[in-house]
Amino acid sequence: MKKMTKVMSMALAASLVVASLTACGGGEKKAETKAAETKAAGETTAASADGDVFLIGGIGPVTGSAASYGNSVKQGAEIAIKEINAAGGVTVGDKTYTLDMVFADDEATEDKAIQAYNSVMDQGAQAILGCVTSGACIAITDLTAADGILQITPSGSAMDCTKNDNAFRICFTDPAQGVTMADLAAETLGYKKVAVIYNQSDEYSTGIREAFEKEFAAKGGEIVASEAFSNGDVDFNTQLTTIKGTDAEAIFIPAYYQDATYITKQAQDMGMELPFLGSDGWDGVLGTVTDPATIEGAIFLSPFFAADPSENVAAFVADYNEAYGATPDQFAADAYDVVYTIKAAMEQAGSVESADLIAAMTEITVDGLTGDGITWTAEGEPNKGSKFIQIVDGAYTLYE
Amino acid sequence: MSLINNLVEQLINGLRTGSIYALIALGYTMVYGIAKMINFAHGDIIMVGAYALYVFAALLGLPVPVCILLTIIVCAVLGITVERIAYKPLRNAPSLAVLITAIGVSYFLQNVALIIFKATPIPFGSVIKVPSIKIGGIHISGITIVTLIVTVIAMAILTWFINKTRAGSAMRAVSEDKGAAALMGINVNKTISMTFAIGSALAAVAGILFICQYESLSPTLGALPGIKAFVAAVLGGIGSIPGAMLGGIVLGIIESLSKAYISTQLADAIVFGVLVVVLLVKPSGLLGKMKAEKV
Repeated sequence: MKKMTKVMSMALAASLVVASLTACGGGEKKAETKAAETKAAGETTAASADGDVFLIGGIGPVTGSAASYGNSVKQGAEIAIKEINAAGGVTVGDKTYTLDMVFADDEATEDKAIQAYNSVMDQGAQAILGCVTSGACIAITDLTAADGILQITPSGSAMDCTKNDNAFRICFTDPAQGVTMADLAAETLGYKKVAVIYNQSDEYSTGIREAFEKEFAAKGGEIVASEAFSNGDVDFNTQLTTIKGTDAEAIFIPAYYQDATYITKQAQDMGMELPFLGSDGWDGVLGTVTDPATIEGAIFLSPFFAADPSENVAAFVADYNEAYGATPDQFAADAYDVVYTIKAAMEQAGSVESADLIAAMTEITVDGLTGDGITWTAEGEPNKGSKFIQIVDGAYTLYE
Repeated sequence: MSLINNLVEQLINGLRTGSIYALIALGYTMVYGIAKMINFAHGDIIMVGAYALYVFAALLGLPVPVCILLTIIVCAVLGITVERIAYKPLRNAPSLAVLITAIGVSYFLQNVALIIFKATPIPFGSVIKVPSIKIGGIHISGITIVTLIVTVIAMAILTWFINKTRAGSAMRAVSEDKGAAALMGINVNKTISMTFAIGSALAAVAGILFICQYESLSPTLGALPGIKAFVAAVLGGIGSIPGAMLGGIVLGIIESLSKAYISTQLADAIVFGVLVVVLLVKPSGLLGKMKAEKV
């Protein structure tokens, strides 16, 4: 009987081992099929029969308070990739590449951006599209530089986003935005006295504010109030009350749309009727305000305008609308331009090596949605024109 | 004149934020007084209240008074449930264990909201529509008036309840001495549940006022007001109900005035600096009673 038990237990142990082995094997097989599936999916989007794929690593916030930006970037890039692949891919020397993209969520935070970067690199990314917000972008610039990979940010506008030689951007820098808005306020709109509300814990906001205040003063204007707030603040009544006590003619808010939503709503509650000026972070603000009347007349800088009648913009807007049922914003357009810039760099370089792509960046000219004939300096800055958008009757319109 | 107008408006701003802090601080202080624990999940009850209002008003389209009533009930029931499930089993455990549990409950509530409603902030128009008024050159928004009136009423009812009713006496007795109260025939468990219910109902009111003012829902919206209200409760003397009211309003006014007249950058530093100074001079807070430890 004792022997019997021993045999039984041996058998049981053996069966357990076998079971665990099969479990392992099953797992592996599953992983393999999954890999095969993703590969197949990648190929179905590719029009060419050639198997070469160039993988773009996208990073941006698809959840969190800046999710609107990240989703736009992801979708804009997807449209461009689909278009390029449908047109036969990218010809590099004697090879033809199809484009593919993996996209990782950084929630617009520094630590998540690093995880996201590592994740897309592990999946074999050959160029980086991102990050979308400045802070997250700065967090990974040194990592991308160490890896020597081409990084193009669609919308990271802080100076430091492109401090390394491998990094380029599509959007304007923060100081350039500040200067442009100050010129608009002082020259076009003729304001003499302007109040500023800015986010002191955000580089994007402080960067624009500094340049704006300097340029506005240089143009003979006066900053009558410069009020700060911090990340996560929802109450701006105190700052607005202070501004109300001045003789400001307009309020400049270099911040993201969520902050702009709170500020403009509370200004209306306080009975303030001053016009608002904003930075490009305002794009998307109509989606978060509960009453568009609060931002009626506001003007902000944007490199892209969806109702632009020009042919390439109209086609992009139609495709985007068909694919996602929404009107693209500047982030989608920036990302679309990033993909076409990577394509241009690949063709110019005649190679997919990171070093060659980076070298090609200063030699290319891209006719993008956010500007015709965009060229880049070795510092990573784009040369292109600017557009202003005004909210009229609760809709975005081009301000001229 | 405009300088005085400005000062008055800043004081009103301070009163309004202070009122919301006070409503939340009452929950902290009542629970501390009775259960001798700091309920760090209290701030998240505000968030639940805000989302509940959104569900009832925007998704189900119920009439506003019904929505407000249901929101208060949801929060009160949630407060009792949290106490029953998470805190009651630990009533005789070291206070550190209860504190950690409270932080756990806070994260739990935030993450449940995150799963259900996602992280993207939801715009939600105010359900309280009161026109703003203008007295002299001073402009007061409708929601400010409502906030101030509701806070005064809530505090008056609470003070009356605690001092004049049998249930209120029971609460005071339990906070004095749990054991003796039980011997006098007071149902301690029921009294503690009631305290959590009242505290959470006040948090629901704060949540409703908060969301009608700021019009944007996110799973972490209760965190910052929760912390500020906790500071207010400590400033006023934790465990003291008039202290929580005073602490909340003082905190709101200091915050508003230092933002307005000293520096927007340093406002938070000044607020917490005041707390440090008060606690150095009077460790039990403004209205807190120093209890001699009997050995």
